[in-house]
Amino acid sequence: MSEQTLTSAAVARGPLAMEAISLSKDFRIGRGNTLHAVRDVSFNLYRGAVVALVGESGSGKSTAARLLAGQERLTSGTIRLDGKQVEVSSRGDFRRYKSEVQLVFQDPFSSLNPIHTVRYHLERPVKLHQGHDANVDQEVVSLMEQVRLTPARQFLVKYPHELSGGQRQRVSFARALAARPSVLLADEPVSMLDVSIRLEMLNLLDDLRRRFSLAMLYITHDIASARYFADEILVMYAGEIVERGPAEEVTQVPAHPYTQLLVASAPDPDNLGSALRGGSRRQGPATASGRPQNLDGSAATQGCPFNPRCPFADDLCRQEDPALTQISATRGAACWHLDVAAPELVSGPRRDGDTTTT
Amino acid sequence: MSADPAAGPVAGSSLADAAAPSSSPVLDIRDLSVVYRTPAGDVRAVNQVNLALGAGEVVGLAGESGSGKSTLAYGACRLLRAPALVTNGSVIYSGRRVSRPADILTMRSDELRRLRWREIAIVFQSAMNALNPVLKVRDQLLDAIHAHLKMPRDEAHERAASLLDLVGIPRSRLRSYPHELSGGMRQRVMIAMALAADPEIIIMDEPTTALDVVVQRDILAQIVELKDRLGFSILFITHDLSLLLELTDRIAVMYAGQFVEIATSDEIHRESSHPYTKGLLNSFPSLRGPRRELVGIPGSPPDLGNPPPGCPFVPRCVYARPECQDVDMRLLPVATSRDPDHVTACPFVLPDTPVPSPVPSSASGRPAGELGT
Repeated sequence: MSEQTLTSAAVARGPLAMEAISLSKDFRIGRGNTLHAVRDVSFNLYRGAVVALVGESGSGKSTAARLLAGQERLTSGTIRLDGKQVEVSSRGDFRRYKSEVQLVFQDPFSSLNPIHTVRYHLERPVKLHQGHDANVDQEVVSLMEQVRLTPARQFLVKYPHELSGGQRQRVSFARALAARPSVLLADEPVSMLDVSIRLEMLNLLDDLRRRFSLAMLYITHDIASARYFADEILVMYAGEIVERGPAEEVTQVPAHPYTQLLVASAPDPDNLGSALRGGSRRQGPATASGRPQNLDGSAATQGCPFNPRCPFADDLCRQEDPALTQISATRGAACWHLDVAAPELVSGPRRDGDTTTT
Repeated sequence: MSADPAAGPVAGSSLADAAAPSSSPVLDIRDLSVVYRTPAGDVRAVNQVNLALGAGEVVGLAGESGSGKSTLAYGACRLLRAPALVTNGSVIYSGRRVSRPADILTMRSDELRRLRWREIAIVFQSAMNALNPVLKVRDQLLDAIHAHLKMPRDEAHERAASLLDLVGIPRSRLRSYPHELSGGMRQRVMIAMALAADPEIIIMDEPTTALDVVVQRDILAQIVELKDRLGFSILFITHDLSLLLELTDRIAVMYAGQFVEIATSDEIHRESSHPYTKGLLNSFPSLRGPRRELVGIPGSPPDLGNPPPGCPFVPRCVYARPECQDVDMRLLPVATSRDPDHVTACPFVLPDTPVPSPVPSSASGRPAGELGT
């Protein structure tokens, strides 16, 4: 596989923490139908680095996170934590695994139990993962300070409904940190929050990453936030990684037609009026509009999953699914027609060395 | 559709000749105040706001959760229930189909019934919850059509189908239940329903917040296209200012129940004056262009049950000074702007006022621009 030779853009940050190797997950959806939610997905997480998994709803990004978190059983593939293959066969194993790998959910409104106080949400994981002899009270207060919910004692007695969305998400972060994990999987941690709060949250996550040298997987559909927050971006479509590379490169010169569509769809205040207000539809490189039968982008079952929405699709795309091909030392894309979709990346003399890495 | 004379003779003629900002607006909200009555006292959710929506205009209402933007819109349509109470103001509607302007807030209930959906329709925030899960799309569309338009059954059926055409959903989906549709399709159905009676104004309350960017862009493009074709006005409510900059003609920025700045989208983008607007503009990461330093807005909105004196933004404002306590939050034209309609509630800060000194934010301890470096 070509992706084995691909170096992650996050590698320079720290030691390897977690490896996902050819992860696949199928869901049976009645009458012998199978949904391939995650297909042959491989990537590495490094301590102190952020890898972003970007894609639309239904692309399998949350399922990938759940696989890594041990919440779902793998259909095939291997997960390695600190070089050792993960075998979760007993409750004890699961708990030990959980003390290393924690998941933060999207919705702080439903991920906290409404009938318990903040203290309860934090005490339980502290006792569970650090043992009963731990100084629970002190630990809980220090967690609250880590996520800057201060004065801690004032917040500990509150119930989730007494907190704002941002404060609730801070409690979720604190709860995840209670296990003192090395890997933090954040599933759309800010998308339910106001734009003005998001930045603060991402800053907090970034700060926690740095302080605890966390290996972080940041799942989002907002590729702009991934540009600022992540070292490496993996773009997922219909369960596959269709493009990967350093965050700045992927967002500035997207190679895969789907990534190009994602980038073209992001709100662009610096491009006032040109697209929406003029009343004409933006003619991006790959616009899903104009295909009313496929407005919300169902993926193809044969060939490249993106072919029904792709402007470059031909018979080859409809028959065979392209593998991730290497573009540079740190970049890859799964497209048969990269020479047409991103000519500046494949045909030009430009090599990896002269691109802007963050 | 014929004119609806019944919506006319209500609020008295004194309202009809009151001065309007420019050309006469379709919807003119004046001095509207809404409070939530609580045992601990009134929470002033919307405080003396003025906003006019012109014909065919797209006005954006931006603000954080709890800033009162939805309360303002629902209050203006009399959709609020106790403990919410409209305590002051008038909402003059003067659409093409009504003979005389009328105050929505003082209308009789039968007039209000004729006004809703036919003149003013609303696309609610969560399409997942706003559609009835046990009814097919067709039945929900027919429901809206029959409730507000008198037409024979087969004509109504045809109308339902053509509404789906409008929003780009295949007619075969008429027989689908909401759970069989994707989030984007459900939102389109909501828009189709709002269009059912060919309204003059559509209020959109965070219509795309739960959607992916690709679907969001598609739906927004569709909304703009429909607006150009059908000529309605839009009041677009969202917390995402970056969306509004691209979509709307004018933006009203709301904070703690009051407007802090109103201007055209271009002015907001290039010459934003109020510190809160500046903060919002500095909150979202941009995808294009060089990586700029993001500052964000630390802190959280004030308790509206016990608002601080003067400007409510002071505790979060980097430009704050002692005089801010005496600011009366009146919207005055921005001195340096060529556009007299560009108004701000901050008398001290102008578009080019430099940030006093790089205040180390106590919340994060370091500037946000370091993200990812």
